Amino acid sequence: MRRPDSTLIALVAALLVLLMLGLLLPKWLFLFTLSLGKGLVVLGLMLLLRTGLVSFGQGLFYCLGAYAVGSLGQFFGIKDVLLLLLTGAVIGSFVAFLLGFLMARYRDIFFAMLSLAFSMILYGLLVKTAALGSTDGFNVAPPALLGRPIGGEAHQYALFALACALAFLAAVVMHVYFESPLGRLSPAIRDNEIRVEYMGASVRHAIHVKYVIAGALAGLGGALTAMTVGHIDPDLAYWTTSGEFVFVTILSGTGSVIAPFLGSLVFEVIRTYAYQYSPNTWQLVVGSALLIVIVFLPSGLWSVFWYLRRRGSS
Amino acid sequence: MREVVALLIDGIIYSSWLFIIALGLTLIYGVMKILNMAHGSLYALGAYMAATLVGYWLGHGHAPMASYGMLAVAAVIVGVIAGPLIERGLLRFMYGRDEIVLLLVTYALFLILEDAIKLIWGVDAYYVSEPYGMLGNLDLAGLTYPVYNVVLIAVSAVAGVALASVLRYTHHGKLLSAVIHDREISMAMGINVARFYLVTFTIGTMLAAIGGALTAPTVSVVPGMGVQVIVLAFAVVVVGGLGSLPGAALGALIVGLVRSAAVHYLPQVELFSIYAVMALVLIFRPKGLFAAAEVRKI
Repeated sequence: MRRPDSTLIALVAALLVLLMLGLLLPKWLFLFTLSLGKGLVVLGLMLLLRTGLVSFGQGLFYCLGAYAVGSLGQFFGIKDVLLLLLTGAVIGSFVAFLLGFLMARYRDIFFAMLSLAFSMILYGLLVKTAALGSTDGFNVAPPALLGRPIGGEAHQYALFALACALAFLAAVVMHVYFESPLGRLSPAIRDNEIRVEYMGASVRHAIHVKYVIAGALAGLGGALTAMTVGHIDPDLAYWTTSGEFVFVTILSGTGSVIAPFLGSLVFEVIRTYAYQYSPNTWQLVVGSALLIVIVFLPSGLWSVFWYLRRRGSS
Repeated sequence: MREVVALLIDGIIYSSWLFIIALGLTLIYGVMKILNMAHGSLYALGAYMAATLVGYWLGHGHAPMASYGMLAVAAVIVGVIAGPLIERGLLRFMYGRDEIVLLLVTYALFLILEDAIKLIWGVDAYYVSEPYGMLGNLDLAGLTYPVYNVVLIAVSAVAGVALASVLRYTHHGKLLSAVIHDREISMAMGINVARFYLVTFTIGTMLAAIGGALTAPTVSVVPGMGVQVIVLAFAVVVVGGLGSLPGAALGALIVGLVRSAAVHYLPQVELFSIYAVMALVLIFRPKGLFAAAEVRKI
């Protein structure tokens, strides 16, 4: 008999706990929703990291998703949440599909640099586009679900629940993907590309697919963030935004599909409090944490769970 | 015609500024295979140190002309303190790991340094514009330029030529080439690789700090000034080819001239143009214009 999949059980449990927590802690809804949105981006980066690729330009898709939501609301009056989210994901994946033909040829720091260049191109364009508010960006019209407004103070829970559902869905799909043959190519590509090619798989094709998935997730995350925050500006595409995502990815590690969301939540909570109490040293804390994780926990915070479990079972 | 001349001069001034910063970045990468994300913070450190020293110097009524010396002193201080501290205290534990891991380590370092600067100097802006104006102006083809810019170009040229000559003509330079070529064999031949790494990183830090110190009089020194510089420097070294000195020079020239052309003719695309060039070069020459071919390892 097959053992029940522990990750799926954990995901369902996490979903229920999160939905409950949302009811109990209405003040935290904003933070929760934001973390879930950014967690989606990190999930995509985690997929790339499993393949040995680090993108310092994921802000490109994140920003595209956010601006898609903002522009559709601003210029076309489209407010339906589901449609907006879909647009974000589609734009993210479409641009990733186009760029993927190029990106799939690059590795290591060149992959990081080229992705950084592309996101900075978008930043440079947005900063000078007066119609989209230049450096100030613009406010996103409050979205609606089936004609009823959601988001904002009163209806925040609806948006939060939607974010939970999306994150859950994305995590399940990615979990299944990781176990599929194409998903299992990731660590193999990281370890030795040439042997993967000898086995008969196309590394370039595999990376292209992963890049598109990561782009779709980042676009989706950006769309969700835009609706949650209600404001967008070009900084979404700046390299420090992308750097933050990379940081959370390293922090979370590649152990489980839950890790990106957990890591993202931890990061947002720490950031909120650190900003409040010590605005001038919080990056110092973040940087030190990153160093500690790189040196002592190369597989991310998630490896602590692994370690505990292994000790518990032996 | 005058517009073209102005464009060229502006471009060359901007290129020299870029070149000094990119020089340190490419040197560190060439020798140590570390793409140093904290380079912009080292640049900011240089600027802050220069602002403090020059402010102190002029505030105490010393000879104003010697404030240029203070700029140099600031760069040396930052190089000698921050360079060894970072290399010995952090980076030496990371050698041999993936380039991408090293990139993340220096990203962590960037975050730490950004806040360290705020802790030391506070968040208020510093202004030391005296050295910028003191040298007067120069008329060139009917246009007026501060002589300070000539100093900038000269320093940048001297730094590039000096570094290239040291690498090519001196005993230590040749040893360094051996280290770059094969670290392990060099160690086996009795070269003290650790010391070469230490000196290289210190010089690289000093070059970043010189860039910052020279910039300090021309701008207001504020937190976060290194954040935009680092991506510019990346663009330059990536265009030229990572780890190549002539590459850095060519990259700086290309990026500088493209930006100056954009500023003159189409200001909307200023930022865009720089990164578009970077992306274009990466697309057609994935390892940059001056990169050497690499042996594929199985």
